Amino acid sequence: MRMGVDAVLLELQREFRAAVLGTDDGVLGIQVAAPRGIAAARIEIYRNTVQASLAEVLAAAFPAVQRIVGPAFFDALARMFIAAEPPRAPQLSIYGSAFPAFITVASQEHHLPYLPDVARLEWARSESYFAADAPQLDPAELTRHGERIGEACFHLHSAARLIRSSFPIVTIWEMNQPENAEVPHIDMSMGESALVSRPGMHVVTRRISEGDADLIEALANGAALGTAAEAALSREPGFDLQQALEQHLRHGTFSGAQ
Amino acid sequence: MAGNAGPIPAAAGIGLRTRHMPTLANQDTGTALTVPWLEIHSENFLCAGGPRRAMIAAIAERYPLSCHGVGLSLGSAEGLDQGHLERLATLYGWLNPGLVSEHLSWSVTGGDYLNDLLPLPYTPTTLDTVCRNVDRAQSAFGRAILVENPSAYLTFPASTMREADFLNALVTRAGCGLLLDVNNIYVTATNTCDGGDVLDSARAYIDEVPPKAVGEIHLAGHSITGGDDDRVLIDTHSTLVCEDVWTLYRYAVARLGPRPTLIEWDLDVPELPVLLGEAVQAQAILSTHENGGGRRVA
Repeated sequence: MRMGVDAVLLELQREFRAAVLGTDDGVLGIQVAAPRGIAAARIEIYRNTVQASLAEVLAAAFPAVQRIVGPAFFDALARMFIAAEPPRAPQLSIYGSAFPAFITVASQEHHLPYLPDVARLEWARSESYFAADAPQLDPAELTRHGERIGEACFHLHSAARLIRSSFPIVTIWEMNQPENAEVPHIDMSMGESALVSRPGMHVVTRRISEGDADLIEALANGAALGTAAEAALSREPGFDLQQALEQHLRHGTFSGAQ
Repeated sequence: MAGNAGPIPAAAGIGLRTRHMPTLANQDTGTALTVPWLEIHSENFLCAGGPRRAMIAAIAERYPLSCHGVGLSLGSAEGLDQGHLERLATLYGWLNPGLVSEHLSWSVTGGDYLNDLLPLPYTPTTLDTVCRNVDRAQSAFGRAILVENPSAYLTFPASTMREADFLNALVTRAGCGLLLDVNNIYVTATNTCDGGDVLDSARAYIDEVPPKAVGEIHLAGHSITGGDDDRVLIDTHSTLVCEDVWTLYRYAVARLGPRPTLIEWDLDVPELPVLLGEAVQAQAILSTHENGGGRRVA
């Protein structure tokens, strides 16, 4: 068997990539066994399959973004993203992590400044769905710590994600669910934090208070519960730690505490 | 290890798609909505955890499972991605599939994954590349794989070998098996037709593949596009199997004998009973063969 890379094949594959990711209808360095007009039409079939299938993957991961901007604009954004940042692995469940950042400029141009954060929330939901399995922290385990609970460090569950925004992203996301026809009153000056988790294999998105978000952020950074609670209270004097913890335990925010 | 439902029978199964997973993962024994075996797209199950992995674990306990890779890119000039190879090997170690298959095509170049099964020029040097990649995959998986003939919308003037000859040489040199996609033979024969009869050319193709190497057959529907001057069949897996493909399937089963046969449907996936209906049609053809359908009793 001859070793080494087939340079001719490599060059053909590079040319083909440019053809299917690009928008140029004039073909190419590729020699195709067909008259020129037909060759272009046939390359177009591959280009369409590649771009449409990947756009569909993005639409499935970012349904609220698609609903906000409409299918045609979303498709245009998706195709720009595909050309600029094609998948780096044949695993489509991880394709789209860079999409929220990619749409920042277009979102500003179209006066939809909250769009990247809604996309970040949707990506967090997608990551949560595919994340590693882990047990949920059992409330009984907390009683083991007794009075020293304040010294306990909590481990965030592998499927838990905190998304903070200066826009009301959870409300916007809720408004753009297919089953939701009502448009609530919405105060665009109010930022919101979303906590995504996966209790019982079901991805849930909760709006949590800013104090609660500080708590989770501090715990995620390794702070003990007492220190994290102080951070929450200094942000939000009325913060109810007991109630917040109950909600987190019910929704599987943590996998353990020690 | 999750999968313990055994080898793939020479019967008609269906491609498992996500919309049908909850039904098949949670069904009671004795349900009418059942099938002798299922095939998954391997890359859909490389996630770390979550509901999809939980459902496939439950399904693999109950159904013989075949794993069909769509992203390994056996035709990549630069070779296989080691990370992807290892992730697939881990998945196969976990699911213990009855069959593992890939495609005679490429989809990765420069590390970019193009999410389509792209065509190769059939030359001796391409054969070297594909043999090397198949060899590496089989070593990583610790088993022989089946390689599927692709559907094509164009051919390259650089090709010096016919596809059937290329596959014969691949089987001999790499020791792999073949997954014969009858719809792909028909689609390619139509799209690259030089004026001859499409069915005749497809039958000739079936005549030329080494029968012993064929470990599985695929059936699917395609869509039709283009005008009179350039009518093209697109391998969309979005419709019922067409009459010509059923004709070719009967021909293939008569020549090769009964083989595990899969109904593939990937776009606009219909309700489960529609897929099972297609499988029943394939089963009827398998069962008319002298060796019977090979449906497992146990």
